[in-house]
Formats: sequence, structure tokens, C-alpha cells
Amino acid sequence: MLHRLFPLTMLLFAAAGLLTADPPSRLAIRDARVYTVSGPVLEKATVLIKDGLIEAVGENIPIPAGVTVIDGTGLNVYPGLIDALSTWGIAELAAPATPAGGGRGGAQPAPATPAPSTTATPPQPRARGPEDRPNTFTWVKAADLVKPSDRRIETARSAGFTTAVTFPRQGILAGHGAVINLAGENGGDMVVDPSAGLYTTLTTGGFASFPGSLMGAMAYLRQIWIDAAYYRAAKEAYAKDPVAIARPSYDRALEGLLEVHRLLIPATSRVQIDRMLRFGAEFKTPFVLYGGHEAFRASDDLKKARVPVILNVKWPAKERESDPEEIPSLRTLQLRDKAPTTPAVLAAAGVPFAISSEGLDTPKDILKALKKSIDVGLKPADAIRALTLSAAEIYGVASRLGSIDTGKIANLTLVKGDLFDEKSKVEMVFIDGKKYLPAPEAPTPPRPTGGAPAGEVQ
Amino acid sequence: MIAMRTLLITAAACGMACAQQAAQQPIVLQNATIHSVTKGTFSGSIVIRNGLIAEVGDKVLAPMGAKIIDLGGKHITPGLIDCHTHIALVSTNEGSVSVSSMVAMRDVIDPEDPAIFRDLAGGTTTANLLHGSANAIGGLNVVIKMRWGSDADGLVMKEAKPGIKFALGENPKRAGQGGQSPFGGNAQTPRYPGTRMGVEDVIREAFIEAKQYQAAWRDYETRRARGENVLPPRRNLKLDPLVEVLEGKRLVHAHCYRSDEILMLLRVAEEFGFKIATLQHALEGYKVAEEIKAHGAGVSTFSDWWSYKIEAYDAIPYNAALLTKKGVLTSLNSDDAGGADLSTRLNTEAAKTIKYGGLSEDEALALVTINPARQLGIDQYVGSIEAGKQADIVVFDKDPLSIYSKAEKVFIDGRQYFDRDEDLLARPRREADKKGLLEKEKATEKADAPPRRRPS
Repeated sequence: MLHRLFPLTMLLFAAAGLLTADPPSRLAIRDARVYTVSGPVLEKATVLIKDGLIEAVGENIPIPAGVTVIDGTGLNVYPGLIDALSTWGIAELAAPATPAGGGRGGAQPAPATPAPSTTATPPQPRARGPEDRPNTFTWVKAADLVKPSDRRIETARSAGFTTAVTFPRQGILAGHGAVINLAGENGGDMVVDPSAGLYTTLTTGGFASFPGSLMGAMAYLRQIWIDAAYYRAAKEAYAKDPVAIARPSYDRALEGLLEVHRLLIPATSRVQIDRMLRFGAEFKTPFVLYGGHEAFRASDDLKKARVPVILNVKWPAKERESDPEEIPSLRTLQLRDKAPTTPAVLAAAGVPFAISSEGLDTPKDILKALKKSIDVGLKPADAIRALTLSAAEIYGVASRLGSIDTGKIANLTLVKGDLFDEKSKVEMVFIDGKKYLPAPEAPTPPRPTGGAPAGEVQ
Repeated sequence: MIAMRTLLITAAACGMACAQQAAQQPIVLQNATIHSVTKGTFSGSIVIRNGLIAEVGDKVLAPMGAKIIDLGGKHITPGLIDCHTHIALVSTNEGSVSVSSMVAMRDVIDPEDPAIFRDLAGGTTTANLLHGSANAIGGLNVVIKMRWGSDADGLVMKEAKPGIKFALGENPKRAGQGGQSPFGGNAQTPRYPGTRMGVEDVIREAFIEAKQYQAAWRDYETRRARGENVLPPRRNLKLDPLVEVLEGKRLVHAHCYRSDEILMLLRVAEEFGFKIATLQHALEGYKVAEEIKAHGAGVSTFSDWWSYKIEAYDAIPYNAALLTKKGVLTSLNSDDAGGADLSTRLNTEAAKTIKYGGLSEDEALALVTINPARQLGIDQYVGSIEAGKQADIVVFDKDPLSIYSKAEKVFIDGRQYFDRDEDLLARPRREADKKGLLEKEKATEKADAPPRRRPS
């Protein structure tokens, strides 16, 4: 149903976008409450935008003549929200994610939540070992794949998101992510940073293909890391002495590893977090854990390891249509009860964390999920930080994104009401200083009971 | 004050590593029937200090400030040791390949597996977590202690010798027979080998490759020493452990059943100049006990579990006793997977060898204590009640070889990890917690329920 509605609405918005996006080079938002995030909340302030950047922000900023002025009275201005682990912009990944197969032999019923899901991998020839480079796509770059035509971008903007850190998802080594702005004439325009990090999963192929188990996937990552270091050394030695040293065979899988400066590693339960903190440290490369539902039990370890977390905020809950006769274990109940406290626990411990849209139906659900956490103790300011500056810091783009400061990219989210109040309305967003209006609310379709949910699926 | 100074001196003497343990209050287990396994069974007491058995005997000197536990004649054994299990693991088999020596069970320990607690409750304190038997050469094992509550690293018994799993017979060959495999073999891409001959070939080929790899490293070292500009060989995580086997640095634990394949493996090992540490299962081991003895391998078998597949038919409950009497170092194991079962009652598994084969009580208990400790290279630390060993101790209410006995208290490294009474007392509280959470969930569910919408 919604599928059929979409082209029409898309056209309407595209037209609206064209009309509103033509930018005056200078803009002022005045008399708004400004959440700078890097500093205090300014109750009645002005934000000046010039050439796509924030020119000035403050309570007593004179507005130069001839500048387009937006009356911000009654509006809250936030730094543009960031989805810190996304597929937005890569239209091919809009299909619903298939949960990663545990594979035979991996089959301990997980008391916690399953590992973060990955998209299904197309059938590949059977891999007989690390040398076959199973499920490896280190040459894939999100920056090459993003397009403004991904229909989820509009929905994300309408919910207040201006930025996403978007990743290819296929395979054990899925490829390189990019920090993108959720608007642009073409894919290249959208890219803020083309090398956000390498996305890894622990996808396994059962008995059919290597690696067939979690330990196999870990062994594979170790071996290919060794191979890449060896490849680098061999290339360097060959360059110095092409007579004595044999010419190394070109390997695109290893080439793609040579430029990695950040790894994303999945870890959802406390045990997984502990395991992956140790495993990640082996690579001598900065890494980020994603998932983190049970991080409320691991904040000390995360703090000690100085490893940030991208939180999956699809909080574990009783499954719809679950068997009423089946009583979950105490451990499962505790996890469901406590998972939403994770952001507050991490904030209190000083563990940097950001938020992912992973597993949620719509971008709005991110805010709803955080509201749940706010209800159990997360400070709204920490929630906002997680959605903005923390994400920018984790990905090393905080000099350009994440707060409302002079010189930063003019990505702003203007909300009538509090960001986490379900009744609040995103009035407009600015991306690279250009204004975008939210799509009018489409009638929400009834939740499909089976198969692929229609519409925005992350 | 004096106690404090003693404490400090002890801490200094054993270094920073055990400083934490030094803070433990000494414990005296007195008035017990002590099954020491290696020094007979006698009435007496045990002093536990700094995680170790400080003193054991008829009369002991209780240290100042010690916690005295009077056992009223109850029985004490060393913590039981399970030489072959698959509990506390997230994955068991890397079954996609015939040689999976690059994978390590250490990576996939699940310290929150309730099976750990259940093992504890049965008096099992140490276990050898082995890779599955899906392939001829499997992954690297890890020995853990049931330190319930620690993280994965805290469970690992670091003193244990490194090892690796091999497997012969039906399991490794079935994956080569397409869809018939119980491991979900792939009919389109059956994996070599599909026969017992093939299993032998896979092992032989792997070690030929390992020898070449070993030679390549040696060659590199020689040439580099001569000052040549050479690249080192590429490190290969599959072959590194096999070189360690060749160099005697890694124990081989080989899953097997039939006498012919046992002989095959011993010959292959001898051909390549390495030893098999243990033959696991080896239900037909009694047929080739002399050959096993001559090779120097141990056997870790079942008491009376068989006939679950063709190769496990020609078995007898006398296997462990016959092997023991031939002088083969023998143990009994659980092979538990997907939950604790036999590993919660290894003591009664041992008791069966008294009925079937007439082993002495000490010999029987040795099958689940000092013998597996020797097989895993940890006998200087655990496996018997002797002064200086790690204080892994089980208190049974009755004779441990009786089916009516229950483990009441279990100590590991001198710390009590299980207390039957305490656990029983804690159960109602856990039930109440659960009920509370279920009610809370129900309440939020009602509040969160979306208003019914008309279909659009």
C-alpha cells in the first residue's frame, strides 16, 4: 500500500525541496532556544548561517541587513541529529535486514539478544579457509554507493536527522562507512567523510562454508589482518628491491584493509562486549563496539578500554505474538527491564556513546526509544549529546559536525517542543545551510503482521 | 596487628599476583573423611590459605583468625575434573573445513552458561573445553575452572598445557557424505573426506604442510642470519598449532571409537614424531590397550554410555578398568554439550568402575581427579588433596562413590563457589524477582498498547 503511495509523495516533496532548498547565502534564526551541546542552552539566541556554515551563535548577535530571517520564537534548535550506524543513503540496503544465521554449532540459545543483524549475503562459492577470503568486501565504500534518491532520506530528515554514518552491511568485512549529510545534488555532495571505519560482522556460514562459527569468524579476521600486514611489508620490500624480493600478488581484499583506521565490531551482551574488547584490542587499531544492549553491565570495562559504543536502541522486548505459555528466563526478563537504562549508565560512567537506527522501523522510533531511556534516568542533555556531538566525536568529525558552534557545518534541527516529546513537531532542518521542510505526516499503515514491513525499514 | 603483619609478609612472599588471594581469610575444614586420591582416605582436617591447601592431616594447626568449618565426618574429595566437555561455549564446531586448527575455544567461552553452576553443584571444578568432532583436526581447547561469576578470562586455567582436538571416524567423514550428516552437511558441496581412509589422509597432509611451514621458518632464520634480504614466511594460524604439536608443545586430544582407527592414529603420530596425549571416547580402547600403553597415550572414556551410533556398539563397561589395569592413564568424561549432564555426577560415573572391573575406590576416584589432571598437564596444581596444591575441594554429605551423595560445598582456589544450603535459600528470592519482572512487563505492556486503528 505505502509502496504505491510513495512515488507520488516523493514527487511532491522533491518539488517542495527544489523550491525551498534554493539557498540564500546568509540566514538568521532568531529568538530561538539554542541547544549548542558544546556549551550551555541559550534561551533566546540567534544562529547566523553563511555559505553552509554556522557564522555565529549567541544571545546578542546583531543580524546584518539583508539577511533572510527565520523567527525562531517557540522553537528549539538542536545540532542536526546523527544516526551513528546507518544504511541511509544506500538504497539497496533499504530491504529489511535478515537476522544473521547462528549457524550450526553456534547454537547456544542466546539468553540475551541476538547479535546485531546483517543483511543476507548472496550465495557464494564454498570457502575452504581464510585464503578464499570469505564474505569479504573490503573494497566496497559507502561513499561510492550513497545517492540522494534513497527514499529513506526524506523520512529521516522529517524526523530531524541531518546526518548519518552509513555502512555497507554485507559480509564479515562489509566495507568502509561514510559520514554523509542527508541532502545533496548527488552522492558525492553528501559525503562529509568517506572513511568512517570498516564495518565487521561475525556472519557465519554453518557447515557449508568457512567460517562456520563465531570462533571461525574471529580466526578469519585475525588471519586476514596478519595477511594484510604481511602484504604491506612485502609491497614495501619489493618496492625497495624488486630483484631480490618476489613481486607480491595484488589482492584487493588486502588493499582495502591497508587504509583502515577504525573498526566497527558487534557486541550486544555483556559477554560479547567482554569478548570483543579483548578481540578488538588485538588489532592495534581504534575500534568501536556496536549493539550494546547489555552495556549497562559492562560500563567499567568499556571505560577502562576507552572504547565507545554505538547503541542499538531497539530495546529487547517481549515478542509480539509470543507464546503466552512460555515464561522467559529471569535473565531475559532482567535484560528487557534494564536494557533501556544503558544510555544513562554509560553517561554516568563517562563512556562515549552514540545512537543507531539499526533494527527500527522509522527514524522517529530512535527518539521514542531514547524517551524510554529518559524515563528511566537518562538526562535529556546526554540523550541529545549522543545524537549529535558524541557521534561526531566517535567518528572524528567533531570539528565540523555535532554542535552549534561558529565554523561548523550548518546542520540544524528546529523543533516545536521538546525533541523527545512525541507530540513535538520537527519544523524544519538545515543541511549545509539549506532549509528542508518535513514531509507531511502520511497516514500510518497498520503494522504488517508478517513478511517485510512496508515503508521505511532500516 | 600480628595477623595483619603475617598477611603483609605472605602477600610480599607470593608477589603481586596472589596479593588479592592473600586477603582471603584462612579456612579450616575439620573433622572430615578425606579422600585424598593420591595418599589414601583418612579422617582429618585441611587448612586453606591463600587459595592453596596449606596443610592436610590428622591434626592441623589452625591459623589465627581462620574460619573453622566442622564437617562432622562428611567426605572431602579434590574438585572433580572433566577431561572432555562442550559446556560454556558459544560455538562447538568449525565444521566447514577438515582442518580447523586456526580456531580457539578460548575465543568463545560463555562465562554465563548456567551449566558452569550446575557442574559446580555436582563437584566438578575443572573442565577441558574441547572443539567438536566434525573434522579430522579441530580447534584449540581451553581448560577452565568453574569460577562462577568471573568473566571468560577469569575462568581460564592458565597453568594448563595448550592442546588441540582431533577426530576420527564417523563424525569427520559424514560431513563429506553430503546431506546425511548430522552436522547439516551440504549435499551440493560435500567436504572431503568421506571415508576413514580420507580422515587419515587429511591428518597426514596437514602435517606434511606443517613440516614444510616449519622448514620454511627455519630456512628463513638461517638466511637472515647470513644477512640475506629475505621476507619471513607468512604467519599461518592454521599451521602454527600443528608445528607446536610436532615440537611437543601442544597436547593432542583425539576423538575416536574403533580399535583400527586408534592404531592408525598412533602410527601416523609416530611417523611424524609426535605423541597423542589422550584418546577421547576410545570405546574399543580395551582391545588395543597394549598398543596405547606402548605409545604412551592416555584414554578418556565413558563409564557405560554407548550404542548411539554404529562405531560405538562394540563397547563394554569394563573399558576404563581394563585400561587402568594395563597401565594406561585413564579418565572418565562427560562430553556434555548444550547443558550440564554427566558432568554433574562424575563421581558416580567413577563408582561404576568398581562394579564393572573391580577398581579400588582410589583408582575409581582417580579417573575423575588426578588422572584427568595428568592428562591435561595440571596434576602439580589440582587433582588430589595434598599440601601445596590449589584448594579445589568438594564436601560431599556421604561417600562420594555412593549414588546418594550430594555435593554440599565446593571450593576453588580456596574460595567457596557453591553452597547447597545457600542456593536453596536463594531460590524463593529469584522466583520473586522473576514474578515481579513479569508483572512489571505486563503493566508496561498495557500502558504502551497502541490504540486500535481503523485499517486505512
